[in-house]
Amino acid sequence: MCLAIPGKIQSIEKKFDGLVKMAKVQFGGIIKEASLEMLPHAKEGDYVLVHVGVAISKIDEEEALKTFEYLEEIGEIDELVERSQIEKH
Amino acid sequence: MKYLSEFRDPELVLKYREKLDELVTKEWTLMEVCGGQTHSLVKNGLLELLPDKVQMIHGPGCPVCVTPLNLIDKAVHLAMDEEVILCSFGDMLRVPGSKMSLLEAKSRGADVRILYSPLEAVQIAKKNPQKEVVFFAVGFETTAPANALSVVHAEREKLNNYSILASHVLVPPAMEAVVNDPLAKIDGFLAAGHVCTIMGIHQYFPLVENHRLPIIVTGFEPIDLLQGIYMCLKQLEAGEAKLENQYARVVQPEGNPEAVKVIERIFEISDREWRGIGVIPNSGYVIREEYKAFDADRKFKIRIEKAEENKSCIAGQVLKGIKKPHDCPEFGKNCTPQNPLGAPMVSSEGACAAYYHFSKAMGDIEAQV
Repeated sequence: MCLAIPGKIQSIEKKFDGLVKMAKVQFGGIIKEASLEMLPHAKEGDYVLVHVGVAISKIDEEEALKTFEYLEEIGEIDELVERSQIEKH
Repeated sequence: MKYLSEFRDPELVLKYREKLDELVTKEWTLMEVCGGQTHSLVKNGLLELLPDKVQMIHGPGCPVCVTPLNLIDKAVHLAMDEEVILCSFGDMLRVPGSKMSLLEAKSRGADVRILYSPLEAVQIAKKNPQKEVVFFAVGFETTAPANALSVVHAEREKLNNYSILASHVLVPPAMEAVVNDPLAKIDGFLAAGHVCTIMGIHQYFPLVENHRLPIIVTGFEPIDLLQGIYMCLKQLEAGEAKLENQYARVVQPEGNPEAVKVIERIFEISDREWRGIGVIPNSGYVIREEYKAFDADRKFKIRIEKAEENKSCIAGQVLKGIKKPHDCPEFGKNCTPQNPLGAPMVSSEGACAAYYHFSKAMGDIEAQV
């Protein structure tokens, strides 16, 4: 139910008498329309998370990359701990 | 970056397995709250990768599963009315009501339509002014903005033939209820990432402080889940209890203020019955008095007697994480996705359906039969 999928904004247009900002969002090979009313500052080329036809969050690339750095970090921290233990002995 | 395949990298998954094995020294029980996370854990075989000392139990985070029987009966009643076009997310259609499901109503001629978005229902109402269009607005905080937005759109279009049958539940009060259940044993939580995308993370501080439980706001892909589990176990092994955000690429600490604004415009917080669990204080949204014209429950004044649940279904205990789906004698035998006795076997987020489709527990049951 809370499934939300990341996609890339291809284009933005105003619909419903110019009152609602709608985006064409590409998910892999599929393009679907999503409301940008909850993300008024989203622009073309942004990756957004779309849930039941509404874009709910802009995806932060820097934070996404940190997910992959986390494993390296915990690896390095472990090494540091090990090294300091060896030095103590 | 596509923000999907990168988070499913099998090599990284195996590295996490190694790191988890090194980290864990004691027995721990964690609960993932969201049914979407349950499915990802089971479907991707992650439960089998975790150290033996770590047990994941599955939480109540399946809105379809906790929608009260009475409300499904109301939706069926509305659907059977010739004047009504009843629109719903696909998940709700096969959930058994006391007499029939929406799918059975459809097979008897009711105009029941499966939609991707509630905003589509508003357009259906606009095109069918002679009909009443009702959207069965089920969901957690994640879905509340879209459902609220449909009311805003309908108001803007001056439609008087659109309403929603709201079944909105809130996650933090349910987590509190689950922790307080004397039978539940939970050492830490993975909080539902997409709920926090809307509401932010601050709502969880009281739970962390009052119960000294680590809570990790977590995403849905295999790497997200393994990282969330690792972060939670790392705190537990160190004797800590903090709120951390694993899913920061999507979840801002303050949530989405525009979304919260539209929710608060249309809905207000109220006590709410959870199917299988009972009434949880302040755990749902109802439509505000100012928008009562868009509330199907008030508009159609449907009175339906409370019906009995199927006695052999243990959905309540499954939803609280006290029992696993395969602890139920009916699981995979008299209760299957084709012929469900309870909602957790229907929904794409229900724990029973996840175990039925993907788990080796199903293989074990088939071997017994």
